[in-house]
Amino acid sequence: MSELDNDDDIEVKIDHPHFTKEMRKDYLILIPSMLDIHFAICEDALKSCGYNVEICKNKGPEVVTEGLKYVHNDTCYPALLVAGQFIDNLNHRPKEETHKIVLLITQTGGGCRASNYIHLLRKALIKAGYEYIPVVSLNASNLERDSGLQFTIPLITRLSAAIVYGDLIMYLRNKTRSYETNKGDTQKTVDKWVAILRDQFNHKKGASWRYVKKNVRDICKDFDAIPLTKVIKPKVGVVGEIYIKYAALGNNDLEEFLVSEGAEVMVPGLCGFINYCCYNGVYDHLIYGGKRIASMVNKFVIHYIARRENLLIKSIKKYTSITPMNPFKETKDKNEGILDRGTKMGEGWLLTAEMVELVEMGYKNIVCAQPFGCLPNHICGKGVMKKIKQEHPEANIVAIDYDPSATRVNQENRIKLMLSVAREHLDDEFEI
Amino acid sequence: MPTIYRRMRIGLDIGSTTIKYTLVDEDGKIVAKNYKRHYSHIKENVLEILKSLKESNLLESDFLFAISGSAGMGIANDCKINFIQEVYATKVAADILIPGTDCVIELGGEDAKILFLGDQLEVRMNGSCAGGTGAFIDQMATLLDVDISEMNGLAEKSTKLYPIASRCGVFAKSDIQPLLNQNVSKNDIAASIFKAVVNQTIGGLAQGRDIEGQVAYLGGPLTFMPELRKSFDESLHIQGICPDNSLYFVAFGAAQCASETYTIDKLIDIFTQYTSSGNYNYQPPLFKDQKELDEFRERHAKDNVDTLPLEGYDGPLYMGVDSGSTTLKVVLIDDELNIRFSSYHTNKGNPVGIFKEILTELYEKYPNINIKAACSTGYGEDLVKNAFSLDGGLVETMAHFRAAKHFQKDVDFIIDIGGQDIKCFKVENGVISSIFLNEACSSGCGSFLQTFANALGYDIEEFAKIGLFAKRPVDLGSRCTVFMNSSVKQAQKDGATIEDISAGLSISVVKNALYKVIRATTVEQLGKHVVVQGGTFYNEAVLRAFERELGLDVVCPNIAGLMGAYGAALYAKSLKLEKSSIIGQDELKDFKHTVRYSTCPLCENRCNLSINSFGDNKRQYISGNQCEKPTSGGKAGSDELNIYEYVRKKLDSYKPVKGKRGRIALPMVLNNYELIPFWHTFFTSLGFEVVTSGQSSHKLYTLGQHTIPSDTVCYPAKLVHGHIEKLINDGEKTIFYPCMTYNIDEHKGDNHYNCPIVAYYPENIINNVKALQNVTFISDFINISDHKRFPTHMYQILKKHYKDITKKEIEEAASKAYQEYDNHLKDLYDKGQEIIHKCRQEGKPIIVLAGRPYHVDKEVNHGIDKLISSFGVGIVNEESIAYEEGKFGVNVLNQWTYHSRLYAAAKHIIKQKDMNLIQLVSFGCGLDAITSDETKEILEKNGKIYTQIKIDEITNLGTVRIRLRSLFEALKQKEEGLEDE
Repeated sequence: MSELDNDDDIEVKIDHPHFTKEMRKDYLILIPSMLDIHFAICEDALKSCGYNVEICKNKGPEVVTEGLKYVHNDTCYPALLVAGQFIDNLNHRPKEETHKIVLLITQTGGGCRASNYIHLLRKALIKAGYEYIPVVSLNASNLERDSGLQFTIPLITRLSAAIVYGDLIMYLRNKTRSYETNKGDTQKTVDKWVAILRDQFNHKKGASWRYVKKNVRDICKDFDAIPLTKVIKPKVGVVGEIYIKYAALGNNDLEEFLVSEGAEVMVPGLCGFINYCCYNGVYDHLIYGGKRIASMVNKFVIHYIARRENLLIKSIKKYTSITPMNPFKETKDKNEGILDRGTKMGEGWLLTAEMVELVEMGYKNIVCAQPFGCLPNHICGKGVMKKIKQEHPEANIVAIDYDPSATRVNQENRIKLMLSVAREHLDDEFEI
Repeated sequence: MPTIYRRMRIGLDIGSTTIKYTLVDEDGKIVAKNYKRHYSHIKENVLEILKSLKESNLLESDFLFAISGSAGMGIANDCKINFIQEVYATKVAADILIPGTDCVIELGGEDAKILFLGDQLEVRMNGSCAGGTGAFIDQMATLLDVDISEMNGLAEKSTKLYPIASRCGVFAKSDIQPLLNQNVSKNDIAASIFKAVVNQTIGGLAQGRDIEGQVAYLGGPLTFMPELRKSFDESLHIQGICPDNSLYFVAFGAAQCASETYTIDKLIDIFTQYTSSGNYNYQPPLFKDQKELDEFRERHAKDNVDTLPLEGYDGPLYMGVDSGSTTLKVVLIDDELNIRFSSYHTNKGNPVGIFKEILTELYEKYPNINIKAACSTGYGEDLVKNAFSLDGGLVETMAHFRAAKHFQKDVDFIIDIGGQDIKCFKVENGVISSIFLNEACSSGCGSFLQTFANALGYDIEEFAKIGLFAKRPVDLGSRCTVFMNSSVKQAQKDGATIEDISAGLSISVVKNALYKVIRATTVEQLGKHVVVQGGTFYNEAVLRAFERELGLDVVCPNIAGLMGAYGAALYAKSLKLEKSSIIGQDELKDFKHTVRYSTCPLCENRCNLSINSFGDNKRQYISGNQCEKPTSGGKAGSDELNIYEYVRKKLDSYKPVKGKRGRIALPMVLNNYELIPFWHTFFTSLGFEVVTSGQSSHKLYTLGQHTIPSDTVCYPAKLVHGHIEKLINDGEKTIFYPCMTYNIDEHKGDNHYNCPIVAYYPENIINNVKALQNVTFISDFINISDHKRFPTHMYQILKKHYKDITKKEIEEAASKAYQEYDNHLKDLYDKGQEIIHKCRQEGKPIIVLAGRPYHVDKEVNHGIDKLISSFGVGIVNEESIAYEEGKFGVNVLNQWTYHSRLYAAAKHIIKQKDMNLIQLVSFGCGLDAITSDETKEILEKNGKIYTQIKIDEITNLGTVRIRLRSLFEALKQKEEGLEDE
């Protein structure tokens, strides 16, 4: 045993490889999967800015197995899945190839343990023998600055456009797929537009305001052209921890399952989460003081998103017979009287606000999806359900936990229970 | 409610363990019904039911038919038959059969449900963390070695309840085992198990909603066990009913909801055609053919200790006794270390009685037996040692190490999978460098396989054998038994054969040990010379799966199940005694064992003691105690060297001072364990009389249990509910409990957050504690790390409630509060230094008992600090040493104040020869999944042992004791090196 007397001899921190500017040329950036539509478009948005990117497509039990092997098993499920997906992806490549790969991961940078995913990933890489692979953090909190990834104006414009398109297509898909007369119409339209948009980005187009306006209009028109059959279906909203809420890999194809059970599904868009992060910056300034400039930047981003959101709402109104989404400036206050907006770790007040909003919009049935043992959701998910039900007795909320061993049967059974109650409510409404 | 057509209906309820049906005539009357256990042979049993119905002549030519039940979904899907979700079916049935009911509690084989009927319909069922169900009671009955039907009768006769964890079956099991070992009567245990089920159901499912009014009990366990209903009645202060047909509500509800018409022949046809999809994740077979198996057997036959006859041998013998949690093992070895006698018994909860029988038989059969020395090890080490006056005892980890060394002198990793526990130790440079014991949530032990084998109708040996040549072993992952139940259920649904399931379960045991307990990532990490032992490795499927998973040939001694006893015998031999002090034949004849139960009066823990007296009452052994006080005549380890005790006393010293502004109450919870000095000073200075809710207790916990919205949150957070209820009950009118995203900034990390639970728990109180409506609850967001803004902010908050308060007053109060907080931390630091200094003078080792400030709470840490101090060591905390270290880089995002201290403490310890760290981790603490790994890495990279103790609502101190003894033994060895036998 080494007894060290000299303080300076102890180095706890391990140096990790960085993503440098020079690497941009011939390195492949791997991105974990989460939102199919958004990420597919983002892939080309990033490519158009000179980054060679690829979204992981691998799934299946190996992802979980690798995750279990290399990540502390009590860590939340998304961390385990993301690391597992990366490592499984790397395992299927020739070793030489892995020396030219960078991993990209988002980091929210709040008090939730999720901001530690990047470190867990690095630890996992070391254990798996990929210690030479750089990991880049994508965040808005000034954590982990790497020179290789630079937020230039074109990059930001293109990414935000991609996200706006993603939100729109996801929204319209959810609004039509459960009612389409000809099975598969909706998906065809989705595929068509994802392809068109990818192609536009490949040609460095698609992100200008003019393009956005035109594309949004055309997308709306295309979806409006899908023949629908009027049937009454239970409306189900999906909320929860961001990864589990969106990623089919994390939630066992929750959306597909709900649709196959004859429900209409609504999943709030990604812009809401970005808005939430920005509003937190604004609220922080109000509660804690600090630099005004951060608050100003956040307000600018909020304004920037609001303009695009407004376009979506107007276009949906104008070109389709579909009810548009609520503007976020309304959503953001729905948690009032239930959960303080100072609650900003994880999905924080947004989760509560989204649940209330969904109920008020007619999505009275809600699946709140979270990783098993998710800390913030003890408070802003499960913790508020009683209160929401008090104020909205018609709310029918089920909390579903996801982890490597929670079985699909159990989860689906609980969802079916929620759906049975939903159908009964539907009958009641119908009788009136 | 679905519109009811006047038709004949059949509802089929395929549950996890049983199938039930009801035949309902057009008037809604049940004409026929029945239930049977299906042992997973669902198709056969359904067909049997249908055929019997066909022959019954009760049926009309066609009828409405639907399936329900937790195991029915897959079949219904595959057969394209209408499926009714089972809880919903219950609801429909309740509306019809017992109108006016407010609440239904239904326990099934593997599920538990609560339905709130009436205006605000709500249905709850157990989630992925479950227990307290029929299968759980089944399992507990097995543990008690009684038939499930006897449980009720036992509970009827009980006189006393013991706390048993209500979270999940595995937890409960580890609570019950020590009770059995302590000879607590089965009557009391049975009743305590029922209470655990009740607590699990209420705590897990009610989630803050009151169960009141007309309550109905449904399902098998509640139908067949009136005592269980009584237990519910008592806890809920109600008089529930168990209606007619209480077993058939699901089936009846399914019948009522049925909307598709069938003829009986059509149904029989559908089910005859039904073959399940065969779609499940599987792994390669364990053995391809007989040849592979033969080679495998041949290789393992080499790791052998000879067993020679005792008959006619009169040389010296050394006895080792391993009194485990479920078994008792005894070996006698000779001078050449051959085994001359061995026995392996289940202890039936009474190791003393079993050992007495063994010893009596030995003396009778071999009158000239020459026992030189006898030692014990295992859970019951002390009990057996005291009862029969053996020569010594050693902690079981050390016993196993000794035995393993005999087979593989270079052993660097030992894994022992026994009936109830998994123990693994890594050996470096001849000493044990780390110890892994299965935490309460990772089962996957011998009894796990046994329970499954029995549930599927096999005995364990037969069950293991059938898996050897399974073609497609099911991939079941690695987690606790409760999860495994549903995985197995799903696999069966998907067409896995019993062979595949047997093999899959064996593989899951291995994966559980490797990935849950050891958390190994690579084979190299374990070592080159692995010795496996414990009875579970007699199971060839497990052994094979283990080698397969490791990709390494391991040593599995032929006495795998006796290694503890063998090690104890080796130890006995090493004592070099002339004659053992073990009681002789004559004395044994008069041997009597009596147990008296009492409550320890020596401190507020009020431990339930079992006082064992043996023979002529000269020898006594007390168990059930959490500290050494009752056994050492009132004196335990010195409180002087225990900073936890000091902190508790210090916090208690902040007494209320009458003031002009009246009372304000602070709950003694979470971060308040550090901030009481701050807030107390602040509010006292403002003229408030500051009262706190005081230390926690289990009773206090139950006060607030019904308002906890999430049953997987950590125990310290759950306790908040009790503290708030207590303050309200005490008549406090104003409670101050602010939300704090940020903690004090100690400039040790990248940020200074609180964990999400600590930060926002007041919000959970507001949204879930009904009684709060009668008090003023001040829970605003406050940032105490911002000294400058704090007074202004506090002024805005307090002004709302106290019109006369001035900013100037607050500024003064804040300045005093910050001063007091600094003084408090300085005081803790000084006290820590004093303890360290004293320990060094006296040559005592120092343990840094790391955790959160709230881990000093006795109800949270279950007296672990006292237990540690009883080993004659000094205890300090992170605060005592963290300030020695400046800011430094770690491999995680260092953003929580408390956790930054932890890393700093770990770094400091590396440099201190006489210091070691034990980290207390609350079950469900998400942050510690990150911090514990980092702390471990910091320590181990620098040659220190990392020890973690997981704590929850109930913690088995027996296991903790073993861990601690192993740790101290390992530390001692590290200094001395293990002496050679």
